[in-house]
Amino acid sequence: MAEFEPVLTANIHKPDSHTLPVYEAGGGYQAIRKVLGEMSPVQVVDLVKASGLRGRGGAGFPCGLKWSFLPQNHPGPFYMCINADESEPGTFNNRILMELDPHQVIEGIMIGCYATKATTAYLYLRYEYPTAYRRLQQAIDECYAKGYLGDNAFGKGFALNIYMHRGAAAYICGEETGLIESLEGKRAWPRIKPPFPAIEGAFKKPTVVNNIETLACVPHIVNRGVDWFKSMGIPADPNNPRDPGSYGPKLYCISGHIEKPGCYEMPLGVTCRELVERYGGGVWKGRKGKAAIPGGISMGLLSEPEWDTKLDFAGPGKAGCLGLGTAAVVVLDETVSIVDFLHNSCRFFAHESCGQCTPCREGTSWSERILYRIKQGKGRLKDLDLLATIGDSIGIMPGTTICGLADGAAWPIKNALKKFRGEFEDYIKRTNPTGYANSQPVEALEVIGLGAH
Amino acid sequence: MTTATAPTTPVLTPEMVAAIQALFPRYPTRQAITLPALHMVNAKLRHVPMAAIPEIAKVLELSPAQIYDTMTFYGFFKTEQGGYVRAWVCRSISCALRGAEEVLEKMCDTLHVHPGGTTDDGKITLEFGECLGLCDFAPAVLANEQVYKSVSLDQVDEICALMKVQAEQQANGTAIPTL
Repeated sequence: MAEFEPVLTANIHKPDSHTLPVYEAGGGYQAIRKVLGEMSPVQVVDLVKASGLRGRGGAGFPCGLKWSFLPQNHPGPFYMCINADESEPGTFNNRILMELDPHQVIEGIMIGCYATKATTAYLYLRYEYPTAYRRLQQAIDECYAKGYLGDNAFGKGFALNIYMHRGAAAYICGEETGLIESLEGKRAWPRIKPPFPAIEGAFKKPTVVNNIETLACVPHIVNRGVDWFKSMGIPADPNNPRDPGSYGPKLYCISGHIEKPGCYEMPLGVTCRELVERYGGGVWKGRKGKAAIPGGISMGLLSEPEWDTKLDFAGPGKAGCLGLGTAAVVVLDETVSIVDFLHNSCRFFAHESCGQCTPCREGTSWSERILYRIKQGKGRLKDLDLLATIGDSIGIMPGTTICGLADGAAWPIKNALKKFRGEFEDYIKRTNPTGYANSQPVEALEVIGLGAH
Repeated sequence: MTTATAPTTPVLTPEMVAAIQALFPRYPTRQAITLPALHMVNAKLRHVPMAAIPEIAKVLELSPAQIYDTMTFYGFFKTEQGGYVRAWVCRSISCALRGAEEVLEKMCDTLHVHPGGTTDDGKITLEFGECLGLCDFAPAVLANEQVYKSVSLDQVDEICALMKVQAEQQANGTAIPTL
């Protein structure tokens, strides 16, 4: 691999990297000036489309294509919502960008708004990021003071206001239509699509929802060009017309049982093993790896022999995972019980299901209770079949729910059962020697203790 | 539910009402100010008392039921007052792998509370959190705006003591901003 030069994280190690003077000294706010001076909104959309930039929030939808879906002859207003509700377990790359280089994010928002003709941008930030909140607000204030935001930004007649909108600790607000509902002051219940937000989004107006990292890529595409962006990553598969490829730099998070947890920038397509060994310093305490979450917990599990999987948009799917997700890798060492892992995962989704769709609300809750029962030594082999049934029946893919939260809840169940079924069976037989074969209905255990909620 | 306060003492001060009204130009609907208004009340009172709900509804020209509906969706807002320090111990996967459950249990023992409870002196509310986005510092604790990183069981006593100091500073208005 040619020597890779970090761009998204180029500023973060500088003193006061979050301030306007430091950002501008590093060439900041040149891309928006270039855009306002030389380009039409359509040209910006085409540029981003040509770059192959795909959304970094989890779904990997092509960004320029999303922008191009906005209706052409609509009287407006158009809205931009910035999804900074980062809550996927294992994921913190957007926090790094917002805390340490908020102006890079804001410049991306400016260009995105110019391209989509949005004059109001709502930055929906999860509540648990107080430092990001203060620094983004400070950065926005600096921009207003300098004339970079407002009715006549940069003196070019470009009107844009950016408002911070704080969430209230709900994972579902990271789903784009859940976010819009929450912004509107309602329960964050995802909407049935279509209509997609581009046609009818926030306040029933055309709306684009973009992730923080996605927008942070945009100024660099403007400054350095499409060829530069496409020089990194994994090209589209020529045999698959539906594969848009995986281009550009990506912020990978590594956490869990790793020597050097952190956020590392590299071209899309690094393997999980390279990430663990070369950047993360290896599995902690000299132990062996057992498995790794490839991109946030909802993506499932890569077993250790699968760690040579490339972490591009297509790679994890080839190993049975849901996808690349947020590219947040969480390492499990050889001592982790798969029962404990899956209990933690199921507990998370049971806690975060928004309750709108019955299969998700009930399925996540049942799976948590079944896992709790297994964990407490009351499991039966039949419970694994029950879990498999839940895993196969909740989500967009089986067509039973409105949003993908349930698919994310199902995938760790499916992957764990497929890749570690023997361990589940051994655990159940060992901890429940007299009852493991029972297939009659049993009383549910009351979920008590620290797991209560 | 607590008994209603006397109607002559509104929960929202004129300053709070003005602060909520100042947000009107930012949004095309009043309802969009629901979360900002709830945050404003919560930041000031460390809870959202039931009596505040019809007052917020009046300012936003909504039914109290709409405010209550939204508010109760987000487990974040409580109707009972919490401590001066609200601390979350993350229990999601990255933190759990590095001992978060044990940290939470010890912190509960040290402070004599169950998760979600407030200490008898009213200083600290201790809760579990789901992924705080501090996975690089697992296990992590967020106490108001203070982050405690890579917490070990040995540090729990010290952190609880620091949170008490932080709570006293909040209570007497001498808290040092974290930024």
